[in-house]
Amino acid sequence: MTDASLVNANNAPLAGSGIAVNVGGAFTKADSEAATDRPAGAVDIDKSKIEVKGLNFYYGKFHALHDISMRIPERKVTAFIGPSGCGKSTLLRTFNRIYNLYHGQRASGEILLDGRNILDRREDINRLRARVGMVFQKPTPFPMSIYENIAYGVRLYERLGRVAMDERVEWALRKAALWEEVKDILRQSGGALSGGQQQRLCIARAIAVKPEVILLDEPCSALDPISTLKIEQLIAELKDSYTIAIVTHNMQQAARVSDYTGFMYLGRLIEFNDTETLFTNPGSRQTEDYITGRFG
Amino acid sequence: MDIYTRRQVVNVFNLGASVLATVFGLFFLSWLLWVLLAQGLAHLNWDLFTLDMPGPGAETGGLRNAIVGSLMLTAVGVLIGAPLGVLAGTYLAEFGRYAWISHPVRFINDVLLSAPSIVIGVFVYEVMVVPMGNFSGWSGGVALAIIVIPVVVRTTEDMMRLVPDTLREAAAALGAPQWRVVSSVVFRASLSGIMTGILLAVARIAGETAPLLFTALNNQFFTLDMDQPMGNLPVTIFNFAMGPYDNWHDLAWAGSLLITLTVLTLNILTRIFLRTKK
Repeated sequence: MTDASLVNANNAPLAGSGIAVNVGGAFTKADSEAATDRPAGAVDIDKSKIEVKGLNFYYGKFHALHDISMRIPERKVTAFIGPSGCGKSTLLRTFNRIYNLYHGQRASGEILLDGRNILDRREDINRLRARVGMVFQKPTPFPMSIYENIAYGVRLYERLGRVAMDERVEWALRKAALWEEVKDILRQSGGALSGGQQQRLCIARAIAVKPEVILLDEPCSALDPISTLKIEQLIAELKDSYTIAIVTHNMQQAARVSDYTGFMYLGRLIEFNDTETLFTNPGSRQTEDYITGRFG
Repeated sequence: MDIYTRRQVVNVFNLGASVLATVFGLFFLSWLLWVLLAQGLAHLNWDLFTLDMPGPGAETGGLRNAIVGSLMLTAVGVLIGAPLGVLAGTYLAEFGRYAWISHPVRFINDVLLSAPSIVIGVFVYEVMVVPMGNFSGWSGGVALAIIVIPVVVRTTEDMMRLVPDTLREAAAALGAPQWRVVSSVVFRASLSGIMTGILLAVARIAGETAPLLFTALNNQFFTLDMDQPMGNLPVTIFNFAMGPYDNWHDLAWAGSLLITLTVLTLNILTRIFLRTKK
């Protein structure tokens, strides 16, 4: 594996699949600790948390993801952008296998989480999801109190006493920058909060179980600008402790919050690079057209 | 006539027709209530709840044994039928969502939902009363349970399906196994709807007569023994209304009013249940 191959799209043909394969080829055997002197434009990933190899995804007969290969670096924010229907949410939903809830949806290839293939039949998907948390497009508070919303996930895998649970709930709510707003109404229903607060509650709920990875599927699309700002600040704080992958249709948001960005189009990963390079010096014509607003 | 005037005329006509239809429905409902109140209210006294059924020729009497019997039969019917119905509805809405068996189960449930209640009475007579050798409260309760089950299955499934999949995904994304997702999130989200279904089923069986004719039969005397024939309001109303004595007729009216008020109260309770949800 040469470092030159890490220069993902600059020398690659424009055909999406060719690039995607190329990107994948770059990472399949790359030693995550090596390669400090990469040429310009290389995706310089110190340590990858998730490694995707030749991933294909199907909704029934519809082939939604084509041969995706990439790495998601540890304790960084990785954003996925692309026009509607390009497969970015689909890709995210493979990382915790949430698609398994529905029949007819299936993935092939490999997704390695810390080197272990989570697509393996023997993988315990409940434990996997406890390690890989997810926040959805629309806030989804459970029909229970704010406190119980947080405690619910914790109780699934830990037995905590009252005091420890209280502390955990407070910790999670503080992390999600919601504590000050709800500390006096913890017994009230989570549904009574505003949309932005509900979304931060969902983030707190995801953090409370202490996952290693947090997947954010367009977390701000239903929120006003102020709530969006709060969540973006939150993402910036969280990346010190968690690996974060975010899907967004808002390119400015991707540029603001992420360290790495992948551009997807028609089910293929067209380009993957550090965010600055991707936005200032895109390697592919399609990426350039998209980020400059010519299509999508 | 231009198109706008035409639309206004059509609007007035349709509005008028729907108001008329509503008034028509309400008229018969209030007429029914009025007759029941006029005939029954006078006999709705303390004796009704403290005295047992009068025999032929007796001067005084009440419906105590029938009221208690009806309560017990209804309770047995709901206690057997509601859990089975909720579990089956849960299977259809959650665990059996992709199972081939869900389709026939749903179909048969719909058939059962509209099965004539007399058929259910005859069925229980054949499978319970005949082997046991006598009419009994238990067989009456079972017959009522068979009426409860399809109602509860249907409402449970419908209510659980109203819970958005995003909520299930959110719970599953925390690492909750499916049974935890269902038991603590989906149930909680659909609880008021499921309770409404159960209350409606209670309202339905409170006035059922046919399934009891061949099962609990009736009993002129007070009993709490479910192995014996059991007094109950619907069959008592049937018998007393057909009987030759005036005080029997009065009691039949009072019993009819009592059942109607109970069903009315249950329906109002379900309304409140649904409202407090929001």
